Amino acid sequence: MSVFRRSKIRDSLTKTRHSFFGQIAGLLRGGEITEETWEELEALLVQADVGVNTTIALVDRLRTEVAKGRVRGAQALQDLLKQELLNLLGTPPPMIIDEPRLLTVVFIVGVNGSGKTTTIAKLAKYYKDRGRKVMLAAADTFRAAAIDQLKIWGERVGVPVIAHQPGADPGAVVYDSIRASQSRKADLLIVDTAGRLHTKYNLMEELRKVWGVANKRVHQAPHETFLVLDATTGQNALSQARYFKEAVHVTGVIVAKLDGTAKGGVVFAIAQELGLPVRFIGTGETLDDLAEFDAKAFVEGLFE
Amino acid sequence: MFENLSDKLQGILGKLSNRGKLSEAEVDAALREVRLALLEADVNFKVVKDFISRVRERAIGAEVMKSLTPAQQVIKIVYEELIATLGEPSRLNLSGPSPHVIMLVGLQGSGKTTTAAKLALTLRKAGQRPLLVAADPYRPAAIVQLEVLGKQLDIPVHSEGTEVPPPKICSNALKRAREAAYSVVVLDTAGRLHINDEMMRELEQVKAQTHPQEVLLVVDAMTGQDAVRVADEFHKRVGLTGLILTKVDGDARGGAAISVRAVTGVPIKFLGVGEKTDALEVFYPDRMASRILGMGDVLTAIEKAQEVMDQEQALKMGQKLVKGEFDLEDFREQLRQIKKMGPISQLLDMIPGMSQLTKDMAPDVTDKQMKMIEAIINSMTPEERRNPRIINASRKRRIARGSGTTVTDVNDLLTQFRQMQHMMKQLGGGGRHGRGGLKGLMSMLGRLGG
Repeated sequence: MSVFRRSKIRDSLTKTRHSFFGQIAGLLRGGEITEETWEELEALLVQADVGVNTTIALVDRLRTEVAKGRVRGAQALQDLLKQELLNLLGTPPPMIIDEPRLLTVVFIVGVNGSGKTTTIAKLAKYYKDRGRKVMLAAADTFRAAAIDQLKIWGERVGVPVIAHQPGADPGAVVYDSIRASQSRKADLLIVDTAGRLHTKYNLMEELRKVWGVANKRVHQAPHETFLVLDATTGQNALSQARYFKEAVHVTGVIVAKLDGTAKGGVVFAIAQELGLPVRFIGTGETLDDLAEFDAKAFVEGLFE
Repeated sequence: MFENLSDKLQGILGKLSNRGKLSEAEVDAALREVRLALLEADVNFKVVKDFISRVRERAIGAEVMKSLTPAQQVIKIVYEELIATLGEPSRLNLSGPSPHVIMLVGLQGSGKTTTAAKLALTLRKAGQRPLLVAADPYRPAAIVQLEVLGKQLDIPVHSEGTEVPPPKICSNALKRAREAAYSVVVLDTAGRLHINDEMMRELEQVKAQTHPQEVLLVVDAMTGQDAVRVADEFHKRVGLTGLILTKVDGDARGGAAISVRAVTGVPIKFLGVGEKTDALEVFYPDRMASRILGMGDVLTAIEKAQEVMDQEQALKMGQKLVKGEFDLEDFREQLRQIKKMGPISQLLDMIPGMSQLTKDMAPDVTDKQMKMIEAIINSMTPEERRNPRIINASRKRRIARGSGTTVTDVNDLLTQFRQMQHMMKQLGGGGRHGRGGLKGLMSMLGRLGG
């Protein structure tokens, strides 16, 4: 991982660190481990949207270690907490999107307003800069002006956008985009889907169908399906991840809007309970504000 | 929404033993779980703390009323405190000279533009002349989005492209509203981070230029712990007058509603409950609290029914039921009435206990079944509908062809209808075993289509 990327994650986490995990670090540096330490620790984890269940499990494990005398002093406890947080995130395999392939199809899914379209623009830029020939498919034909929005981003990034009329069949858009990608020899097609609440049965079925269109046209497509999560989302993110994973085999998560004060702590629960790795984080409003997620840098960053 | 929280509360409080007074230990045991459930519902940590201590104070040593079990007593206290936290119902303030200005603010992706359109439609229905203002030059195509929505609703949209600064756009829009006698101006501002000083200053300028009666924060119901900080910051900078909670039609437990309300003290005014432009509901704290506690949003369901059911027709139907004269013609009428109330899945959500039941079911199935049933009945002659007994094999084949179903489907419908008729007669004949009401009807429908 490049130094540049690491520092980028740090930048975006500065606020998080100072306001919250910074407190934990301070708390743990204090020396003596008291009952208050545990309570504060719990409070701080919960307020970072880590979730009650994950927090309780985490704190219980730490307590056991301390009780057994295996961990003495706050510094050792801090190291252990880091390690436990890291364990929750696991060590995911390399991304499928990076494998060499004639045409890689990537689906971007998520609830309304999570930041899909902006994330797609950033992803397109990211991979274009790395020498890929990128195309975008405007398969959100439902929301007013979603197609225009993607077209404007496509122009700014300098990648072609395949689009139909508003209200058109998203499956047809995907079909045409794949054909266009093949004939123009693009090697990465990123598909923008309409935002939908994961509980809307019909809309999830529609997504499944669009997924099927891609699957029929290209072997094993879509190769990668990213769920875009708004960093401010609380425990509902787990439900979102569960439903989307079930419907369209989500392969990874992108956390958008991590440049606010939200902590994105729900990521730990998602990684642990659903085995979904975080792949990228959105760190700002410009096209370059996207960083590949690195668990170690992420957790390390929390304690600096 | 809120199912799990209410289930938990009931599960926990059901455990309390039945004695005269609630003991400290019992209350604490229950409240520990209440606390966890609220946290899991994304209610802010500090808000939960306050809430629990208020409930505890009231619950410990509370006399258990004769009519209530201890569990119910605690539920009642939790319920009352929830209502108190959620605050009084509140309408839009449209006092003073027109044009009135309503300003929508919030984070990116919270749903401001969609809400602006919904709000304008609501206002027009209330007899106002709304003007929508596209004050977001930053997000690509945000202006087009509002223009498209305005066109759909036939509500004018004021826009000046992406070069003019928002405060200028808004004051120009206000001028236009005065000249063209619009009564309400709805400002759709750009989404922004509460910590972006420059962008927040822009909002202050818009406010200074337009003097809005209402500054409404649009909050995503799925927001986590950070909701309080966001709301607090917006409130400090532009002085909020109310909140609109969006995406309430998802399964988020909506703890943010309680948090934001508790931190800012401003009332929640509307709920966004769908993607369609008419999916905006007035917020009622008691209903929300009922929902949180699993008592179901019965009031809304009843009101919806009253809105669409023709009273006189209902009476006639009732008499027919009692006399056992209920035929397929009536049945179809009944189906149409129910359909007018909206998707079955949404109705079921409002009935206590039902939301849990239908959670893992394809919500669409019942609607599909109803469509099929109606198609079959539509393919019958009026005589067949009044007197189903005359339907022989040949008629069945014709009906199946006409409705795009199979003879088995037609047979199923007829069999179930006979059973239903039979049941209705029993009900009418002073049947104390009847499981009447909407729920009974639903279960019958389920069997019909199944």
